[in-house]
Amino acid sequence: MKPASGSVFRALADPTRRSLFERLCREGEQTVWMLTRHARISQPAVSKHLAALKSAGLVRDRREGREMHYRAEAKGLSPLVDWLGLYGAFWRDRMDRLEDLLKRMDQ
Amino acid sequence: MTEATAAARSIVIERMMPHPPEKIWRALTQSSLIAEWLMENDFEPRLGGRFQFRAKPMGNWNGLVDCEITAFEPPRRLVYTWKGGSVQNLGHGTALDSIVEWTLTPLEGGTRVRMEHCGFGPQNASAYDTMSGGWPKVLERLERASGRQG
Repeated sequence: MKPASGSVFRALADPTRRSLFERLCREGEQTVWMLTRHARISQPAVSKHLAALKSAGLVRDRREGREMHYRAEAKGLSPLVDWLGLYGAFWRDRMDRLEDLLKRMDQ
Repeated sequence: MTEATAAARSIVIERMMPHPPEKIWRALTQSSLIAEWLMENDFEPRLGGRFQFRAKPMGNWNGLVDCEITAFEPPRRLVYTWKGGSVQNLGHGTALDSIVEWTLTPLEGGTRVRMEHCGFGPQNASAYDTMSGGWPKVLERLERASGRQG
């Protein structure tokens, strides 16, 4: 099931999760250990944030031996992009209507 | 600022309209006039006024947008909160806890009308502040990534 846009917003509202996600976008696949080295929090805390990103559809994981590897799932951001695109279209349409109304109104 | 670049952080639409600010202000703040171009509403034109926009129900959203006026400075600036929608919906109709700001600047021969809708929901009105830094970068990367894939 595709996660709702609300979970994407919630996942990225947290600065730690956002920086983990940005790091994965920038650096490609990373192990939990590599991510923990750069974050100023414990490995269990990093894993918990990664789980939240995963349930929002923003990262994908893969086990190799004893290590979990994570990578960014850019498609996970699509609910956000839809939101911006659709609301943008909504307001442009309403602005057109506002201009039509102004033409019809008296001074 | 163009509509496209502004959209990365929030939706900004700026238009030059050949009408005086006072007239545009009426269209933005008179309930019957608002209904003609935006949505059915019970707009209450005063600071602190609470009102609703009524749209067509969509999915799990009852179609109501709850608003409260947080700035009312005729005929220059109008700000209201914009809350409604459902987290179950994507795109238009999704849960929003957002802010709409109108700024009218008189110019020779008309008015510059600027509308900014910043909304990062749900239940995190302060998320906009925390996000405004990292967000455009994430979107840029997404664009690059989707360009590579597609």
